[in-house]
Parts: sequence; C-alpha cells; structure tokens
Amino acid sequence: MPKLADFKTTEKSWWCPGCGDFGVLAALQKALVDLGVEPHNVAIVAGIGCSGKIGNYINCYNFHVVHGRTLPTAMGLKLVNRDLTVIAAGGDGDGYAIGGNHFLHAIRRNVDITYIVMDNQIYGLTKGQVSPTSAVGFKTRSTPEGNIERPVRPLQLAIAAGATYVASGFSSDVRQLSRLIAEGIQHKGFALINVYSPCVTFNRVNTYDWYKEVLLNLDEDEAYDPTDRGKALQLLIDTDERVRGLVYKAPDQPSFQDLFPGYREEPIVHQDWTIPEEDFAQLLEQYR
Amino acid sequence: MQERRLASWKIGGEQGQGIDSTGEMLATVCNRLGYYIYGYRQFSSRIKGGHSNYKIMIGTEPVASTSSELDVLVAIDQETIDRNHHELVEGGILVADAHFEPVVPEGCPARLLSVPLTRIAQEVGSPVMRNVVSLGVSAYILGLPLEAFKEVVMERFGRKSPEVGEQNVAALEQGYAYAQEHLLELAWRLAPGDGKKRLIMMGNDAVALGAAAAGCRFCAAYPITPASEVMETLMDILPRYGGVVVQAEDEIAAITACIGAGFAGARAITATAGPGISLMQEAIGLAHTAEIPVVIVDTQRGGPSTGMPTKHEQSDLWALLFGTHGDTPRIVLTPSTVEETFYATAEAFNLADKYQCPVFVATDLSLALNKQTVEDLDIRRIKIDRGALLTDEEIAAQAEPDGFRRYRITESGISPRPLPGQPKGQYLATGVEHNEFGKVSEDPKNRVAMMDKRLRKVPADPAALGLEGVTYSGPETPDLLLVGIGSTVGPLSDARKALEAEGYRVGHAQIKVLAPLPVQQLSELFARAKRVLVAENNAQGQLAALIEYRVGKAMREQGQPVPPIHSLRKYDGNPFLPTEIVAEAKEVTSYAQAG
Repeated sequence: MPKLADFKTTEKSWWCPGCGDFGVLAALQKALVDLGVEPHNVAIVAGIGCSGKIGNYINCYNFHVVHGRTLPTAMGLKLVNRDLTVIAAGGDGDGYAIGGNHFLHAIRRNVDITYIVMDNQIYGLTKGQVSPTSAVGFKTRSTPEGNIERPVRPLQLAIAAGATYVASGFSSDVRQLSRLIAEGIQHKGFALINVYSPCVTFNRVNTYDWYKEVLLNLDEDEAYDPTDRGKALQLLIDTDERVRGLVYKAPDQPSFQDLFPGYREEPIVHQDWTIPEEDFAQLLEQYR
Repeated sequence: MQERRLASWKIGGEQGQGIDSTGEMLATVCNRLGYYIYGYRQFSSRIKGGHSNYKIMIGTEPVASTSSELDVLVAIDQETIDRNHHELVEGGILVADAHFEPVVPEGCPARLLSVPLTRIAQEVGSPVMRNVVSLGVSAYILGLPLEAFKEVVMERFGRKSPEVGEQNVAALEQGYAYAQEHLLELAWRLAPGDGKKRLIMMGNDAVALGAAAAGCRFCAAYPITPASEVMETLMDILPRYGGVVVQAEDEIAAITACIGAGFAGARAITATAGPGISLMQEAIGLAHTAEIPVVIVDTQRGGPSTGMPTKHEQSDLWALLFGTHGDTPRIVLTPSTVEETFYATAEAFNLADKYQCPVFVATDLSLALNKQTVEDLDIRRIKIDRGALLTDEEIAAQAEPDGFRRYRITESGISPRPLPGQPKGQYLATGVEHNEFGKVSEDPKNRVAMMDKRLRKVPADPAALGLEGVTYSGPETPDLLLVGIGSTVGPLSDARKALEAEGYRVGHAQIKVLAPLPVQQLSELFARAKRVLVAENNAQGQLAALIEYRVGKAMREQGQPVPPIHSLRKYDGNPFLPTEIVAEAKEVTSYAQAG
C-alpha cells in the first residue's frame, strides 16, 4: 500500500509560508493514500497561478498546462486511459475566469475527473488583482476603488449546470478536505471541490480567521441532506456559499465515458490499434 | 457519333434544393461505371437560399482539375443560367426547368433543352423529384446507361420506402425518355468507362481514414467549414474500434483535450480551419515545450477572421510556420491529392510520436471538400511507429531517487517518454521551462540546453524524416518551372501538359512538405530552370516569399545564380483554372524572351 512519503517530492516550495495551498496539497496526498492509489496511477493536470504549482510538490504523473485549460486536458487524458485517477487542479482565476467556459462543459458532460479549485478570491502570482470570486467592494491593485463586479458563485453555478458532486472545503481542515477529495475521486463522474484556501500575502480580508468565523460546517448539521438539489441551492443562496462540507451529490448517473458507443473496459492506450485489412476494405466500400 | 474521353456537367440552383445530393448521385454513377471524376462545389455560408452549384468533370482517364468550360448545365432556376452560361461551349446543352420559363442570354453557344422537370416530377409523385428527372435527362445526353442510375437512386431513396424508390426510378425514366424524344441528334457521347469501381472521396474522408488506419483513437474538434467532415467521419469509424470523438466547446478545448490524450499515450487528432488554428496557438506552444505528440489538420479557407468560410484559399501558410509565440521546430505536411492526404495523415502520427511534438497536416478547401477518384488506399503501407517509448523494466532501470529524467538531454534531442500508469516513470510535463526531470528551471544554461534540444529534434530536410518533400515532372532543364502546394497540383499539372503540347519547355514541382522545407531539392530544381513561377491561393504570395527567402538564400550561399521567381496569386475564393496558369506562364516567358 502506498504511504504518504510516496506522494512527496524533494522540490522546495515556491508558495508563501502559511499559504492555504499547503493544506490542499496535504489533503490531496492523504486522500490518495487513504484510497490506496499508487503514484503512477495518478495523473494531475494543473493550471497556471500559485495553485498550478501543486504538481511540483506531489509525486505522480503531472501535467502543468496553459492557463485555464485543465479541464479539457484532463478529459482527453481520462478518456484514453480510464484506469488512471485523473485530477484537475487550479485557482479561482484559472477555473472561473479564463477557464470558465470549460467549467460549464466539463460539468454537463459529467467527465469522470475530480476538480480541485484553490479559491483565494485574489490573483496571487500576478501580485494581487481582483478575481472572479472577489467580493463586491474588494480593493485590489486592479480595483483601487473597490470591485464593482458581482462574484461568480461556483457552487451554485455547478449545481445549476448539472454537477453530480459538489463540495466545499477549507484548507485549514485537512481531515474534512481529504475526505471530500477522496469521495470526489470515488464518485463516478465530475466532482467539484471548491476549497477556500487563503492567500496570506495579497488578501487581507478573506483570512483564516475570517473563514473560521463565517463558514458553516455542514458536517455538524445532521439534518442536512446533500442529495436534495433544491435545498442545496437554497442553502448556497442563503449562506452566500459560506459553507464547508458535501453540498450536493446526485444519485447514480452515468459518467461521460459510460455513454460513448463502443467504449471499452480496456483503456484506449492499451488497445491494439491495428485495423484488420478486411475491416478496412469494408470501410472503403461506402466510397465506391 | 463522336466518343469523348472527357466531359463536364454542372447542376445549379438555390442552396437547399438538393443540388449537392444530385451531384453526388451522378458522381457515384460515373464512379461505378469506371470513370474518373473530379467534383467542384460552389456554395455559401447559409442553409437555405443563395446560388450553389456542383460541377463534375467525368473522364476515362484521371482528371486533376476543374475547367472553365462546360458541356452540360442543368439549371433549376434562372440565376443558374445567368451565373454559369458563359462556361457553356459550342455543342453544349443547357437543360432548364420549363417551369421557370428559362431565358437564354444572347450569344450563348449552347443548345437549350427546356424540360418540364417540375411537371414530370409532380406527375410521378412529388415536385421534389425534379432533380432526379434531370439526372435521367443527363444520362441520355452523356450517353450513360440508365440502369446504373436506377441502382444509385434505389439505394438512396428505396431505403425510405420501396414506393418512394420506385417513384424516383420513374422520374429517371421519364427524364430519359423526354430527352430521347426531344434531342434527336447528339453530337457526342462519353466513351464507355472501364467498369472498375474505384473510390471517390474528399480530402476530409482521407484524413479520417488515414488517422484511423494509423491507430488514432481520439478526436476532439469544434465544427467549422471546411473541416467538420473529419470529425463526423471519425464519429462513424472510431467507435467500431473503441475510440472516442468529442465535439468540444471550442477549439481551445479541442486541442488541449488532444494534448491530454497525447500525454497519456494515445494518438489524437483535431481538425479545424484558420479561425480554429488562431485559437489553438497557445496550446500548440504547450505541446512543443512539454514535448507531446498531437496531429492538427488545417483545412485552409478564405481568411483572415471569418473571411470567406466556404471559399478556397491557401493563406494559413505563414500562420502554420510562424504561429505560437516563442521558438519551436515545425513539421507541416502539405499533401496535394486525396490519396496523398490519406498517407500523409497516417504518417503525421508516426512523426508526432517520433519527434514528440505537434504535426500539422495542411490541406485547403478544394482538397478538403472536392470529391476525387482515388485508385485505392492500401492499409498495408501504414506502419505504426510509436517512437521512444519505454517498457516498465527500462523505466525501473533508469529511474532515479529524484524522479525520471523525462527531458534527458540527448544527442538527437529526443528523450525517452514514460506514459502515465507506468511505475517509477512519474514526471512533470510542463509548458514552463524545465530541467531534465520536468521541474521548473530558469537557469540560463539549462534554458539554452533545453531550447537547443527541442530545436534539434526535427531534422532540417524532409528526406531525413523519410518524406518526399517535392515531386517533379517535366524536362531536365525547363525554361519555366511551375511551383505549387496543396490542391494546385491539378491545375498546375494540366497547365504544364497544355503548355508542353504547345511546344513550351515547362516543369512542375509540387511541394509536399512545407516544414521542414525541401530547400536542397528545390535549389537543385531551380538551378536547372531559367525562370520560376510560384502559383498559390493567397494575396501576399506567402509561398513565393518563403521560397525566395529560404531557397534563394541557400543558392546564393552556394554561389549559384537564383533564377527570377515570379509570383501568381489568386485569392478570389476560387481555385486556379489551368487556363489562368497557362496565360501567366506565357506572359512570364514572353517577357523573358523580350527582356
């Protein structure tokens, strides 16, 4: 069985001390160990930004792609090798601004991947501009008079678009987060885990203390039913998405790959790709 | 009666009036009778309305291009006559639906046969069958056996219901009988075909078949004219072999999905046209830097921007060579016939795997969409070569405590590649400059070593890639060397033959690989030619400029005189006619004689 050490690298971190992304990394590594997945059977597709560096610090197959394109890349990867555990990871800018289009379409396809968004409500690597999840009035280098755009509500957006697994995590609570990630990985279909992951350098508003104060822990609410789509949406509206825990999980639905005609159990990358001569002759018949 | 070895036929009407499918039926009939065909569709970017037409060259020998002349024109409306009558030749026949009371412009040398197409169709069942009536008329005029038409019509319409099939057969017969009765004396007929059922397909079909034959099992693409048929055909083929096709939300998703599949070790393809190529540029740079194989097809059309979406052009050459930011090696294959497109696409996957980079297959609208006769496609010629992959044992032997040196600096520049799922092969693939393990590194020495490694991977000459960079036909020392790329092969080769018949010494070189450009081969051809004429379908002379820069430079460096390089550019949306090239060639040569 793999151990935590198997998922570690010797790479020195480029993240600021105290960055929320450390908690996300630890939770992801713990989730993989808990599930007993071997490092070589994990592929992480990471985006651009501070969060995109996560692949530098975890030992598995990693692909650090262009800004905003983790989801289509991860889809291609998963469809040709269904045996892999495929995880897409990035920030709020990567996922909800430049990659917003793909977010919608990955959800409606229900691709069998797990998407971890490290949401710090700010652009960190470019040194502090407004992000699509920044609150109205939030002052940044690009909004010196305060943000005038209303924030994206990723959890509501995901549920409205038909997401089958929607969770909200907090990077301080590694235990809860690793459980949410592990369940997301086990979920057959698209799993979104939006993680409040504080930026200690450029966001002095949405701090650890602030999150501890405002986040409602759904684990502590025994009456909450995460299978009720309408109630999940209502909760998110009522709380402005300031929750953590499993928000919504749809009853069993086929994932994207289950719906392709002719899709096989054996991953595409392991199949014999030759077309027999007589088959090819048959293919050509329609052109005669 | 005279027997002809070549005839041209065209049907025109409003888009949505079944012009395409009528042309398809005639093409299929002619193919089954053993004729060679070359189809040429003119259409616009809308579904209903607007003039569209379908011209078919029918020959007893291979036909490589369309012509400016027309023997038979079938007009479903007056606009068809107005727009196309000038092509009709002496002895030609204009078949027009009596329904719209056709008016033949003065001076039109063709004979009018006004046929009550709509009325006959109505009598046998429904006015929609008027095109089938016109096929019956055409069968008589061309001297083709009606039985062959019946077979195709039954296949197409009999599936719906036997009754509809029979009605259409009746429509055919009535059209044939009408023509027989009203056209007592015909000047010519087509010589019989050889009865060999060859293939008729467009370049997009050949791309899909070539990809499937080469082991491609993943396609992601976004619909766009004139590339969509690649995705559609793969949607038909790939599921039979366990493969998947995804219609992506945009071209950026299409290319990155393919790159993800390529990273995982599959063979992936995306097909697009200019606007999609523009959107894909950033991701193409990622594939270069992270060294991931992927095949990208560009069916060039009129640009820039939306440009002329349904019109032919070859104006992406510079975008394909110089697109994406930063320094990257390039492989751009430019097949010129449907048959070559099949083999080039298949080979593109081997090159992508071997050199671990994107490989482009550039066609153009004319090649992508015009149906041509293909003798045969031989899957036995397709060999799947995966390049520098590793066994699990090899990986275990090479793995180090710090990981796997995926980007090992090697003499060839090619580094062995583990695939996700292989134990101990874990690495970071990234578009960020990286060290041998894939970890971020901006160390100046590392940067230079990595850049040089990537750039030296791809040899400078197509011969070193096992490719034929250019084909040549003509005399050893031509007075004029015609040079082209892509679908211009037909008009250029027909022009060369026409000029030769008039006593000109003309050669024809067709470039099959745009990058790496066959500089050496072209230099040798240029050294033996008095003049060069580069013919291409764009406004800036993109190919001529490239040749001037690359081939001219190479010749000067070797102390060889560079022959004058003339540039012929056509960018009105239509492919060249051989006559246009002949005229320019004569102009250039006479200019040469005078000067």
